[in-house]
Amino acid sequence: MATGTNPEFEKECIGRILAGEKHLFHTLIRPCERSIYFLLLSLLRNEAEAEDAAQETAIKVFRNLHLYRGEAQFRTWVLSIARNEGLGRLRRAERRREESLDAITDTDSGDFTPTLLTSWREIPHETLERREVSELLRQAVEGLPEIYRNVVLLRDVEEMDVRETAAALGITEGAVKVRLHRARALLQRELAPKLKGFAPKRARFFGWGA
Amino acid sequence: MRIDCKHVWEHISAYIDGEVDAALRADIDRHLETCEICSAVLDSTRNVVVLVADGRVFELPVGFSDRLHARLDRELELTKPT
Repeated sequence: MATGTNPEFEKECIGRILAGEKHLFHTLIRPCERSIYFLLLSLLRNEAEAEDAAQETAIKVFRNLHLYRGEAQFRTWVLSIARNEGLGRLRRAERRREESLDAITDTDSGDFTPTLLTSWREIPHETLERREVSELLRQAVEGLPEIYRNVVLLRDVEEMDVRETAAALGITEGAVKVRLHRARALLQRELAPKLKGFAPKRARFFGWGA
Repeated sequence: MRIDCKHVWEHISAYIDGEVDAALRADIDRHLETCEICSAVLDSTRNVVVLVADGRVFELPVGFSDRLHARLDRELELTKPT
């Protein structure tokens, strides 16, 4: 879901908030909410904690608003605060497991060859009305190693560009592209065989799906 | 230039994002015309990317926004005007 932001509006809004119109902060932060939450969910893997961390992030953004200098996009700056909040929590809880940011590097190990199919019919968006399809997709993304999950959530779920994703995660643009490629390959391997069953059958001549 | 399947897979993500140069794109397109397997890999990968982006897959928890703004209201009240 695209959550585009408007730099001109943000700049004006920040100026007014700092001048005392604090209520405008609600409007300023609203377009960033989804990205904050999903970045934190990808780091913390726990909905309740991600929500609490998202609230803390928003409060920190408000308290530090005077420090925003406008070099980065506002959302990128906000997401770097969210990421610090998430990493701080992970450190405090000593929950950083082997698969965390430091442990997994971009080595070529791992099988990124796709699942080979001979034909593929498009899965229409309407299938998402079936909860099981959404659930399959969600589980597949959540099952990715963290470094891939983060990138998929920001690039493919939040539809942020490569530059903004790199800045928010503190990695290079090259790393974003490599990780995204591998993440998509892993998702294709996992999902293509399962989703195939949801592709529409050829229309039956006698109708009514007999 | 003729390229093999593995070569195509290496560039599939960039191809989907429109980030391969014109020459490579032409090579990949030529390969896809005759390779059923790579066409299916491309289509299934693209499909996964499109479906994952659908807002119904990753939804904010119910009431998330209300709770966030309620907490912000409390914070905003506490802070003196700058």
